[in-house]
Amino acid sequence: MTLRALDPFFALASALRQAGFHVSPDQTQGFIAAAGALGPRDIADVYRAALALFAIPPERRAEFDALFRAIFEGKVVEADATASKEDEAEALEPSDETKDIELEDGDEPQGAEATAAERLTTRKVVSTPAAALDQFMRAAPRRLPQRLSYRRNPYRHGDRIDLRRALKLAARSEGDLFTLPRNVRKHKQRRIVCLVDVSGSMKDRSDELLAFGHALVQAADKAEVFTLGTKLTRITRSLALIDRDAALLRVSQAVSDLDGGTRIGEALEAYLSVPRYAGFARGALVLVLSDGLERGDPALMVDAAARLSRLAWRMHWLTPLAADPDFQPETAALLGILPWLDDLGDGGTVPAICSHVLNIARAA
Amino acid sequence: MRSVAVHPNIAGLANPEALAAALSDAQYIASPELATASYLALALAKPLLLEGAPGVGKTEAAKALGGVLGRQVIRLQCYEGIDAAAALYEWNYPRQMLALRQLEGSEIDLYGADFLMERPLLSALRNPATTLLLIDEIDRADQEFEAFLLEFLSDFTISIPETGTERATRPPVVVLTSNRTRELHEALRRRCVYHWIDYPDPALEAQIVLTRASSVAQATAQAVVASVGLMRAEPLTKPPGVAETVEWAEAATLLNQQGATWPDAFRRAIGVAIKDQDDLAYLGPRLDQILPGEAA
Repeated sequence: MTLRALDPFFALASALRQAGFHVSPDQTQGFIAAAGALGPRDIADVYRAALALFAIPPERRAEFDALFRAIFEGKVVEADATASKEDEAEALEPSDETKDIELEDGDEPQGAEATAAERLTTRKVVSTPAAALDQFMRAAPRRLPQRLSYRRNPYRHGDRIDLRRALKLAARSEGDLFTLPRNVRKHKQRRIVCLVDVSGSMKDRSDELLAFGHALVQAADKAEVFTLGTKLTRITRSLALIDRDAALLRVSQAVSDLDGGTRIGEALEAYLSVPRYAGFARGALVLVLSDGLERGDPALMVDAAARLSRLAWRMHWLTPLAADPDFQPETAALLGILPWLDDLGDGGTVPAICSHVLNIARAA
Repeated sequence: MRSVAVHPNIAGLANPEALAAALSDAQYIASPELATASYLALALAKPLLLEGAPGVGKTEAAKALGGVLGRQVIRLQCYEGIDAAAALYEWNYPRQMLALRQLEGSEIDLYGADFLMERPLLSALRNPATTLLLIDEIDRADQEFEAFLLEFLSDFTISIPETGTERATRPPVVVLTSNRTRELHEALRRRCVYHWIDYPDPALEAQIVLTRASSVAQATAQAVVASVGLMRAEPLTKPPGVAETVEWAEAATLLNQQGATWPDAFRRAIGVAIKDQDDLAYLGPRLDQILPGEAA
């Protein structure tokens, strides 16, 4: 086969990449080799090779099928020289911290409505009474959830005899052991990903929630904080300033969609579509501070929450509505995500959030 | 396209259909997609990653593949907290200690081959031509073990600080399985040939039942498969897998041979198919419609 004939293969790889699949150059190479190994005798061979080598998860099969048909069954052939060049370049991550949510096309009914609600404003974020946050920061190192590390540390009351070290000690004293060294698995704090809803419906609380985000970044070994609104913004770096007021001032400059519209589903999708951000959630505790009042299509939000939940260690949704003891989730979006949540808790006040987060490790 | 040299892994297997036929001789009925993915993994010498719901036959597929290739299957069962000592190698410290005490002035190599205990990854690495490494339920292991595995699967070396680095003479055949209780790392998926094993379609599943359980009549097999299909459409905690289908057909046939009438035999053997009290309670009122009505 000539190089020209390989064009659709590269075109498929770059089309997949554009559609948000993670495709590496060696996967493309493997796909071509695989098609070669099979003959390929017919288009089904090529299809199966693509399916296997690009590791297409079952829930995205339909999306993949459409792209495959478009490229290989001649509906749209857009193979050109740039395709192969693109193929060698690593996928670039956005250099700035803000990722716009792209409305893919106009067939989503909530699009126009939500855009109308979008209001880009900057205003000063006011610091909140800080006693609860100070207490949270003091307690956090001991009480945030931890995970077992792969490594072991010497420890006199450890659960396992450190035979390796025992042998070394014995070799030093000609085969005799005077103390029995022991060791224990190390613990590390789990990464915490905090997604803060700053849309209009959360207006009264977003200052407090951002202040909580600041306390989290300050107290935890590993924490990431994002704001969800009409855009997704990473504010971890802004919150790294020790002084709370200075940090919140920076946040108010960085976040352009304070008190705007709500598109939680799309914001979560945007979060998952950046590999580096999605990687933060892997094995992490994911906290979503949001009322879950989605104006858009609830299916999108449910799908994103499901994907996020599969990545995460635990996913807790803290909503101010749950402060009411008679609260029952009623909206379609909240009911839909319920099976994917590990807990739907009270996110009404800062003390409630703090105590919820500090008690996760106890319950787990 | 360059012609691809035939990899020694697939000597004697001309195409995916030949592999499927060989697998079916080994009592494993593979879908064309699974046969293709396995064939590609062997031909390209890449690990095969099988994902699917529990009970669709991922581990069985690996074992059947080992049988077809005439390789010994070395299984590494993953669990939370699995570490290098369980997966790679371990020094036989008690023996080393004894040897040290007995040596009385003479010299001894404390890190000789006698003292090294091979664990699955190391033994697969040392015998790449005769073994198939099955890394089972990788989703249960910790992230850190997954990262370590990534390193192992990309260059197939294990370094032992005391003796040096061991390298595979050629890439061993590796099959990984995952129940998808959590998402695997993209980098791991990227290195593998991937296949999602779905529940088989009714015709294929009936064929599996007949192959696996010789006592079951064809009509029984079809009835059981239809009923299991209905159950999988319900929101159950643990929908019956293929293994459950086979066992249910077998159990009901056994009861029938001992005198139970047909729908009743299925009802009495339901514990083989549905193994969760909540699921049973949920199905309870409509069980009559779901149970195979008549068979054989």
